[in-house]
Amino acid sequence: MARNPVTWLGSPTFPQAAHKALADTQLRQNLRKATGTIRGRRAAAVGEMTDWEQLRVAGEQIKDDVLSRLDTLLVRLEESVTARGGVVHWARDAEEANRIVLGLCREENATEVVKVKSMATAEIGLNEALEAGGVHAVETDLAELIVQLGDDRPSHILVPAIHRNRSEIREIFRRRMGVEVSDEPADLAEAARVYLRQKFLTTKVAISGANFAVADTGSIVVLESEGNGRMCLTLPDTLITVMGIEKLVPTWQDLEVFLQLLPRSSTAERMNPYTSVWTGVTPGDGPQKFHLVLIDNGRTATLADSVGRQALRCIRCSACLNVCPVYERTGGQSYGSVYPGPIGAILTPQLVGDMHDPQAASLPFASSLCGACFEVCPVRIDIPSVLTHLRAEAVEAKGRTAESVAMAAAAWMFASASRYEKAQKAGSLARFLARDGRITSLPWPGSKWTSSRDVPAPPSESFRAWWRKNRG
Amino acid sequence: MRVALFATCLTDTFFPSTARAVVRLLERLGCSVEFPLGQTCCGQMHFNTGYREHAKPLARKYTDVFRDYDHVVAPSGSCAGMVREIHPTLGESPPRTFELAEFLVDVLGVTDVGAWFPHRVTYHPTCHSLRMLGVGDKPLALLRAVKALDLVELPDASHCCGFGGTFAVKNAETSTAMLADKMTSVLSTGAEVLCAGDNSCLMHIGGGLSRLRAGVRPVHLAEILASTEEDPWRATP
Repeated sequence: MARNPVTWLGSPTFPQAAHKALADTQLRQNLRKATGTIRGRRAAAVGEMTDWEQLRVAGEQIKDDVLSRLDTLLVRLEESVTARGGVVHWARDAEEANRIVLGLCREENATEVVKVKSMATAEIGLNEALEAGGVHAVETDLAELIVQLGDDRPSHILVPAIHRNRSEIREIFRRRMGVEVSDEPADLAEAARVYLRQKFLTTKVAISGANFAVADTGSIVVLESEGNGRMCLTLPDTLITVMGIEKLVPTWQDLEVFLQLLPRSSTAERMNPYTSVWTGVTPGDGPQKFHLVLIDNGRTATLADSVGRQALRCIRCSACLNVCPVYERTGGQSYGSVYPGPIGAILTPQLVGDMHDPQAASLPFASSLCGACFEVCPVRIDIPSVLTHLRAEAVEAKGRTAESVAMAAAAWMFASASRYEKAQKAGSLARFLARDGRITSLPWPGSKWTSSRDVPAPPSESFRAWWRKNRG
Repeated sequence: MRVALFATCLTDTFFPSTARAVVRLLERLGCSVEFPLGQTCCGQMHFNTGYREHAKPLARKYTDVFRDYDHVVAPSGSCAGMVREIHPTLGESPPRTFELAEFLVDVLGVTDVGAWFPHRVTYHPTCHSLRMLGVGDKPLALLRAVKALDLVELPDASHCCGFGGTFAVKNAETSTAMLADKMTSVLSTGAEVLCAGDNSCLMHIGGGLSRLRAGVRPVHLAEILASTEEDPWRATP
């Protein structure tokens, strides 16, 4: 089987990538400003809802219900879409999905396609696959366009160019669009509008992802802010939607919950500006050919894991990224995947499905387990619990290491109070390494600590020694 | 009330003054404190680092050691959280375990513990006490009732200090970047004492402040609450 393009080929492990990112002062500034702003706005948008916690529970329950009967709901979706004139394709992995989409583009003799912002197509590396097959994909979401024109990688789920500030964006536009433009947001948006408008009017095939698909009716739902997605979804003759199999909701009524949860969690809006819904093909209105490509790409394997499967509840809001103290400092590209941040740390390794891959295996450790992600997750994914679950898998895959030997020794020591007390007494001798009550340098791996922090000198008497003497 | 103290391995070994302060404080409030000597570690380091199988016998040991107590008190939100939230997932039914501030406010029903602490203090709410246990403002309510204490608000208080157990070593540079921002917040308050309910986080932030010779001393909540005008807190060397 081909490697899963959900992680970028050649990406270093998280600590190595973070080493580079942390030295990037501009990145630190851009991220601090952007995540700080959106954190505050989200808190306000959520704070005005009196039933937010109930909505979160409802979101969790609907998604868990979907996951528990995904097999039948997917067949139901296929029937509904087919009945309304759409064609459903099933893809086991990225390679198969890309082949299907490229084939559909060729059927339409398309050499250029317009794209609605989509995580699923980014996950499978569709743009690169199309390019290799002679079809150029044009991203129409402003931030995706910035990433594409900058020959860059995305660093955020909702705002893939969050690592760029406006003067960097101006330089990219100048270079790639050949236009003189100021760094005022309105001017930058106008430049993109002029560039894209022409594409919308001339391109015959559009490709989208999906936020939700209603199994009962076969309706596909896309939420966006700019209206560029609406252009792609209505103007071209052919629409190809690529969707992960977990994006289902059973009925229209279930959408009510998510149309409240998603905008407030992601853009901190009460309601997103554009919600597009379409059902198969409507004669004389919009695209006359509709293809739905359902991708697995590691999802069925994820579903089989009773702890890890909750990652499939994710609605890609990116609230967890915006509150994550690790993400804020390292940026999204350090995660080596289109899914960065806390959700990426649990979703990416599961989609890769191989903990022997050192990059994927490093991701669950990219967290201090502070729990800020779980607190904001609109579908209550207990990210810290999945992180520790996946850490156990990573440890198991690694086998015997210096760390595993040390951990086994520590467990043996802690298993007996008398061994523990002896170790305490021996360790207390380290106080003779201290000067002024602190130890400033330790050998590896303690050096990882003392590179930036002192260690207090161990006291001459532990608490239990004191207790024995005074109370025992 | 008969209470068992779970000192936690870190406090027992490195910060005995905190555990002695818990004993003093709880006895002053009329509790009878016991310290079962069979206790060691809750297994959090093993569990959080991916060594679940090593954590299991430690969770079992915890249940066995504290089985006969109605109330176990730990001067750590993180270890209390491990016992309460994680031990059940390892097949244990742990005895009722409380973080110190929770025990004082919820079980004993006190916020004014008769303490005196004439210092400017800022409080860092540790992640697990805040988000795993939900202690909320209880530690702040306790600090506000301390006589002579000048409490100053910590900016971005709820942000993680970057400790995260083995995270501080495995992702040392990211951890340090988080620590740097936390220290900036602490120093901006002008406080001479940084208070928290977890010695692990205090060891991390304190270790950074010590490296900078910043002159801000980390002090556990228990030591502030144990301090009285007659028998005031003294810095241990």
